[in-house]
Amino acid sequence: MTGFPPPMGLIAELTHRCPLSCPYCSNPMELERAAAELDTEGWLSVLDQAAEIGILQVHFTGGEPLVRRDLVTLLARATGLGLYSNIITSGVTLDDRMMAALIGAGVDHIQLSFQDVDPSENDHLGASPGAFAKKQAAAARIRASGLPLTLNFVVHRGNASRIPQMIAMAEELQADRTEIAHVQYYGWGLVNRAALLPSRIQLEAATVEVEAARARLQGRMVIDYVVPDYHAARPKACMGGWARRFINISPSGRAMPCHAAETLPGFSFPSVRDTSLNEIWNQSDAFLRFRGTGWMPEPCRSCERQEVDWGGCRCQAFALLGDMNATDPACELSPHHAVMQAAVSESESAQTPFKFRRMTKQDAAQPELAGS
Amino acid sequence: MTPRLCTGHKLRFDQVRGAWVLLGPERLFLPDEHAVEVLRLVDGVRTVDGIVTDLAARYDAPSDAIRSDVVDMLADLSARGAIRL
Repeated sequence: MTGFPPPMGLIAELTHRCPLSCPYCSNPMELERAAAELDTEGWLSVLDQAAEIGILQVHFTGGEPLVRRDLVTLLARATGLGLYSNIITSGVTLDDRMMAALIGAGVDHIQLSFQDVDPSENDHLGASPGAFAKKQAAAARIRASGLPLTLNFVVHRGNASRIPQMIAMAEELQADRTEIAHVQYYGWGLVNRAALLPSRIQLEAATVEVEAARARLQGRMVIDYVVPDYHAARPKACMGGWARRFINISPSGRAMPCHAAETLPGFSFPSVRDTSLNEIWNQSDAFLRFRGTGWMPEPCRSCERQEVDWGGCRCQAFALLGDMNATDPACELSPHHAVMQAAVSESESAQTPFKFRRMTKQDAAQPELAGS
Repeated sequence: MTPRLCTGHKLRFDQVRGAWVLLGPERLFLPDEHAVEVLRLVDGVRTVDGIVTDLAARYDAPSDAIRSDVVDMLADLSARGAIRL
């Protein structure tokens, strides 16, 4: 084996279509339409190539991957190739028939998202009446099938105080794993940041709850915890470093190191319609641009943590500073670290309504970029 | 004590890397050679004693030294939710 180590995971964003309209959706502001989506043959070829270059896990996501009529076909190919297959779903359309089809195709694991442990809040956030009950039914189906069950709770300042109840619900539903994932502030999340960002005190209280539950449930349930980095001293190693572990494919077939990378200017992301995954991973400018440490400015360049956090997140540096080449301002060593505190102060005084995710381009206003 | 892989975890050989990998729900481990030797014996039937005896015979090594390595490794993977003891 020569060159850069092979990627670990393929994030297959099969579609941007989704029955929910969460105001922190990680999809881009400009959602891709069904007509632009890669077809079945296109995805099958991606899966074949993924196995060939050493990808070990496939994450079928979206939007809502269950709206793709060929999901079971794609899943069967992935598992047939020995790829460990995760499905990341809202669960609202996971009925008995679909569950049986997924099992038949060899799915390894399903991650089921909840917007809240409070049913009415859950349904309000997704703008989908009845969603909570459907999600609970989906959880029971997954559990009954014998598959491992992960619950994912998206947390923000409106529900962070309910983390103990979320974990209690996960115990009740016999989840093997629970993700307590604070909203990440990109795309729709960034637009709604003033309405979502928790205060430092809230975040600290949330972290105490998660750590207590982890200690109590060790050996029984894994709890993964994702924090917002607005209160951090050091940035997150976004995606484990640019183009180090993952290839993300958008619904139309564009390959990116992360799902938000299309927000960056001056990039031409290669398409799987005309470029092989091998070439994308090993030769494309888009993947090589920020891989490693050679691109780093100060303070990263002389930092002993440069191979720990990999300079943080390029999309965040661009979104908050207008400069994708800068150190992520989440780092307290960044000369622009004050933009994080400014955003926190802004959200503490804000009484902003949510802007729910919508498909229509005209409705999708440009994000307001605080600090830029 | 009979260790087994937690639900949804799979140990498999990856041809591209020429190495064993342990795959689980949205996580993966790249175990070192020693860990692989232990993990290949974790089948939900063999006990820890059985695994130690097997490895001690195979490597002609004292059981006590092997036992402490095996127990430490299994405890670590158990804490990380990959093995149930």
